[in-house]
Amino acid sequence: MLAMPEPDPKVLARREAIVAALRERAGAANVIAEPLRLKPYETDGFTAYKCVPLAVVLPESTAQVAACLRYCHEQGIRVVPRAAGTSLSGGALPLEDAVVIGVARMNRILEVSLEDRLARVEAGVTNIGITKAVEGEGFFYAPDPSSQLACMIAGNVAMNSGGAHCLKYGVTANNLLGVTMVTIEGEVIALGGGHLDTPGYDWLGLITGSEGQLGIVTEVTVRILRAAEGARAMLVGFAATDVAGAAVADIIASGIIPVALEFMDKPCIHACEAFAHAGYPLDAEALLIIEVEGSAAEQDALLDRLKAICARHAPTTVRVARNAEESAAIWKGRKAAFGAIGRISPDYLCMDGTIPPGALPEAMRRIGTLAAHYGLQVANVFHAGDGNLHPLILFDANDPESFRRAEMLGADILRLCVELGGCLTGEHGVGIEKRDLMTAQFGPADLDQQRRVKRAFDPQWLLNPHKVFPLEAAGTA
Amino acid sequence: MSAETIAPSDEAGLAAAIASAHAAGTPLAVWGNATKAAFGRPVQAAGAVSARNLTGITLYSPAELVIAARAGTPLAEIEAALAAHGQHLIAEPPDLSALMGPGEGPPTLGGAVACNLSGPRRIALGAMRDHVLGVRAVNGAGEVITSGGRVLKNVTGLDLAKLLTGSRGTLAVLTEATLKVLPAPERTATVMLRGLDAARGVAALSAGLGSPYGVTAAAHLPEAAAPRAGLGAAATLLRVEEFADFVPYRTARLAEALASFGAAEVLDHDASLALWRSVRDARPLGAAPEDAVWRVSVRPSAAPQVVGALRRSFDAKLFLDWGGGLIWLAGPATEDAHRAVAAAARSAGGTYWLMRADAGFRAAVAHLPDEPPALAVLTRRVKAAFDPKGILNPGRIFAGI
Repeated sequence: MLAMPEPDPKVLARREAIVAALRERAGAANVIAEPLRLKPYETDGFTAYKCVPLAVVLPESTAQVAACLRYCHEQGIRVVPRAAGTSLSGGALPLEDAVVIGVARMNRILEVSLEDRLARVEAGVTNIGITKAVEGEGFFYAPDPSSQLACMIAGNVAMNSGGAHCLKYGVTANNLLGVTMVTIEGEVIALGGGHLDTPGYDWLGLITGSEGQLGIVTEVTVRILRAAEGARAMLVGFAATDVAGAAVADIIASGIIPVALEFMDKPCIHACEAFAHAGYPLDAEALLIIEVEGSAAEQDALLDRLKAICARHAPTTVRVARNAEESAAIWKGRKAAFGAIGRISPDYLCMDGTIPPGALPEAMRRIGTLAAHYGLQVANVFHAGDGNLHPLILFDANDPESFRRAEMLGADILRLCVELGGCLTGEHGVGIEKRDLMTAQFGPADLDQQRRVKRAFDPQWLLNPHKVFPLEAAGTA
Repeated sequence: MSAETIAPSDEAGLAAAIASAHAAGTPLAVWGNATKAAFGRPVQAAGAVSARNLTGITLYSPAELVIAARAGTPLAEIEAALAAHGQHLIAEPPDLSALMGPGEGPPTLGGAVACNLSGPRRIALGAMRDHVLGVRAVNGAGEVITSGGRVLKNVTGLDLAKLLTGSRGTLAVLTEATLKVLPAPERTATVMLRGLDAARGVAALSAGLGSPYGVTAAAHLPEAAAPRAGLGAAATLLRVEEFADFVPYRTARLAEALASFGAAEVLDHDASLALWRSVRDARPLGAAPEDAVWRVSVRPSAAPQVVGALRRSFDAKLFLDWGGGLIWLAGPATEDAHRAVAAAARSAGGTYWLMRADAGFRAAVAHLPDEPPALAVLTRRVKAAFDPKGILNPGRIFAGI
């Protein structure tokens, strides 16, 4: 189990006074302090760790967020920012002596401009909510994390969320034009806006993916894009993982950038097929789902080229969708992957590392060896074009020994990703989950530099103090 | 650059040079080949350090869409290596030597990353900073730091690679950068509309960029600028880059979608490549040698009003890129003109850079908008977090920092 910082007894002792002060600043109706109502905030999508916070504030305006943060800063009270609480790395996990400040009640769409291809929204708007606001006109917001029905844009900014379509459309950072952020000192700063490329330091780039270490984002301006004329998928089964990997390399080298290029290994294929009955080939060792966009004729041309490339790798199955319904059928199993794994195992850890795509065969082989060593099963889904690997480690949460082994296996897999030239996290963030592995990827000078930047924003180390940086050195540098 | 420029041949040498300058408290100007020396405030420094001798491509994996090179590697060398595999730099970084003068050698990767300058493709596929996957650098204490990596998706820790991109050598000296690259398109074509004013031109660009036909660049050259790109009357330009067999369909549908703006001509591959290189390098601007040059960035719909305001203020030479949102602007190097540029950008909720002027003028005016006080505090603290004694390129971006 990961260690947490000791709660400050002086803060715990002042709980009632703190709650009263927060109610004064954010409105009584926006502050939660009753034990039963605090319970839902004790964890997020990383449910293995739980901690009921001191209080939860759900402000309705940037000004209220600023007033609460200024108060917490003056009083030396720790703060944990929260959006929808869907983090898979414990990004929203509270502390006993911390105030959770959530943006869920700030959920208005403030402006849509098709002419300037942007949407300005409050940070509690859901990811899908942005697309819903513009899809009637044929536009969409590109990053599409699996949690997009629930997750909020504030959380997407905090984790620099991606999704299955980043190979073509990029991640959150590439689709952001501006944010309004409140610092722990209660200063409201507006960064970027409706235009491109603000001179000076790239605050927008620094804040994206900063996991609530630098401030609380309350308003976001994103780019919206006109959707392509249409999209269609194909499914290809291969006799071996390294053959599928070679096909991926050939596709990219051919000059085709598919809008999605998803890989599943055999355990994952079987779990998804049993759950979703998508018609996946059970004899395949690996499967690719490849999606292309364009006019109907362009889709045909691209799918023909992809078929020819895959044919060089002796595919066991090739299925090309002829229409949107058949595409949806191909995606059905992949989209159900997490639910499907949940059905064959009481619990699973969804890992998130990145490797150079060329290292896929070695990664698969060594993950298999590691899993056998720990006596656990692993199913793999992989955003193959961009190297983002999601090993799902199956375990039983009622058996502490099983959980302990799952955590150790997960850590070993992430160290393997770094060893192969990749990184600890592609889109879920470090949170608490990967905090103690940071030294596997960064040297002391690298981490010290990051800590000094954190301290420039948060001199007292009050914002999300138990995350991202290994605890022993968190407050130093 | 002067005789005191230290140009080590490896990263360790660069780190040692900066460590000793740190120990002595000696300010250093930071360069590659100084091709963009006229961009930004003049640096007052006793010494100078250049990364120009850190050269060579260190990694190129076409099937993984990634290339890495040392900071002093000429951009042209990187572009040639990519072209040999049918790939290219996504952000289309400009060669501003016609505008800025030749410098002391070819533009380098380090300079392109440190200045975050992007060409026409920026409107569709992002800026240099969007494609910087990782960096190695030496901070102001002489410590080698790394951030990011060589994979396309990476959210591990704070993204210092983005922070250093565009930081103009004021936080750390880049020694190596890793970039995402993409396949170069098989064919390029341009849909061109003639005779539109700025308002109608920007409306046409917005309509094209909001179409499903994959426009990768969108520029408007007014009457005075178009001849410098080899075109007669005002030209509104939308670029398509695709597989050769897709291009005729895309350009035809795009022309149809823009029919209300007039009949469109289609420029073929070779004409398009030459045209967009000219736009990329700001050649249609036609700045006189004594002119100051600015770039103004606003939301595209605000551009026509900004153009109107600028034309009323002084004899403004200009053209629009990035769907209308980027206004390249030349005019007299006077405080009145500069004030007009700053006011026009501010009133449109946008921003500006002074790209070129003589050193005296650059020292006298704010070459980009002043930051609000809360942000200025963060700028100072972050600068100190990298460069505690303030020795790297002091004053390059903001006076006193």
